Amino acid sequence: MNINEGAPLDGMAPSQRSYQEASARERARGLCDAGSFTEWLDPRERLTSPHLAALDAPVAFDDGVVIGAGRLAGERVFVAAQEGRFMGGAVGEIHGAKLTGLLRRAAKERPAAVLLVLETGGVRLHEANAGLVAISEIQRAVFDARRAGVPVIVLIGGGNGCYGGMGIVARCCDAIVMSEAARLSVSGPEVIETARGVEEFDAKDRALVWRTMGGKHRYLLGEIDRFVDDELSAFREAATMYLNRPAPLDLNAALAEHARLEQRLARFGTCEDALDIWAAMEVDEAARITALDTGAFLEAAATALASAREGHADGAL
Amino acid sequence: MEQLSFSFDGLASCDRGVYAIVGVVASGDLEILIERHALDGRCEIDIQTSVHGFETTWRAVMQRFVSNRPLGNTRVTVNDSGATPAVVSLRLAQAAQALDEASA
Repeated sequence: MNINEGAPLDGMAPSQRSYQEASARERARGLCDAGSFTEWLDPRERLTSPHLAALDAPVAFDDGVVIGAGRLAGERVFVAAQEGRFMGGAVGEIHGAKLTGLLRRAAKERPAAVLLVLETGGVRLHEANAGLVAISEIQRAVFDARRAGVPVIVLIGGGNGCYGGMGIVARCCDAIVMSEAARLSVSGPEVIETARGVEEFDAKDRALVWRTMGGKHRYLLGEIDRFVDDELSAFREAATMYLNRPAPLDLNAALAEHARLEQRLARFGTCEDALDIWAAMEVDEAARITALDTGAFLEAAATALASAREGHADGAL
Repeated sequence: MEQLSFSFDGLASCDRGVYAIVGVVASGDLEILIERHALDGRCEIDIQTSVHGFETTWRAVMQRFVSNRPLGNTRVTVNDSGATPAVVSLRLAQAAQALDEASA
């Protein structure tokens, strides 16, 4: 339990604090310029889940997501932050409606960006179909915001990672920023082990989990855009780079991504493990990647990605 | 879930802060929403808890919380997921402090 939430540690600016240890509300406030974040549908509205109440389960006043608007580097931004400690950040009907509403408002009001602070296991299974519908509505709303020219930036740095339908939503956005502690995938380790057996994926093998789903591997594979330290200020700085800079969203962009994925599959499809992929990418001392600090890792990654580009004149990697 | 309600009167009051929320509904933890309201000087407390049968303990913890604090005209609403009395007391102290600082 984090007794310091809401009240920054003495002498420490909110932005210098660990991103992973911060609550959703602290992340939303800490990412915005000091004092600029205003929460919408704040806890006093008591927008709690009717499904959880029907199941006689505890509810939360914000249904596990904080939404609102603030300023980032002086520009107006919308922010949604999932609370990973409430039901694993899972998306229920109210939770999803808050995310969808924020994105729809963004499509109308066109802020400089929408920041999606994701920490979630995906659909809240208690809410079944309502949760699934919510995910598809969020996905549609992401594309509507992007079509309106609003960059949607995903930040992942919580201990629960970003999984399930929200993992898919994340990859539908303009850019993703991750830290080493963060994980991004669709099926989680336990799900894969349950469905395919421990020989396929040993969920207890933390090294395996992180080198398959963690920030470093996602960065090397080109699935995320920035790899940062576990600091609110580092996430904030990275998000600033994308303000008013939407990524292309058209047929050509989709075709280019498909071509990139096809080439990646052809190149690494036979690899059994992330280590094999890193070796095939000719990353220096591939086995040491997980031990490198952020600066050294980004250097090693830059070298490997540059030589990959030379080897593939089309620059697909 | 068990619903508990307590009302305390004869408390000092002050008008610092509008509302604050602390904690999270996670196993062994709770969230507390604390708001200033015109309640004729009373402090009204509503609790939803996943653990049944501890009304006496809740009452004792809340009695101690409101003593020596200017919590007249304050509404406290709790969503509890099995927090121990020690955790509840810490979160209550945190909520009172956050409400006070929210006015700054």
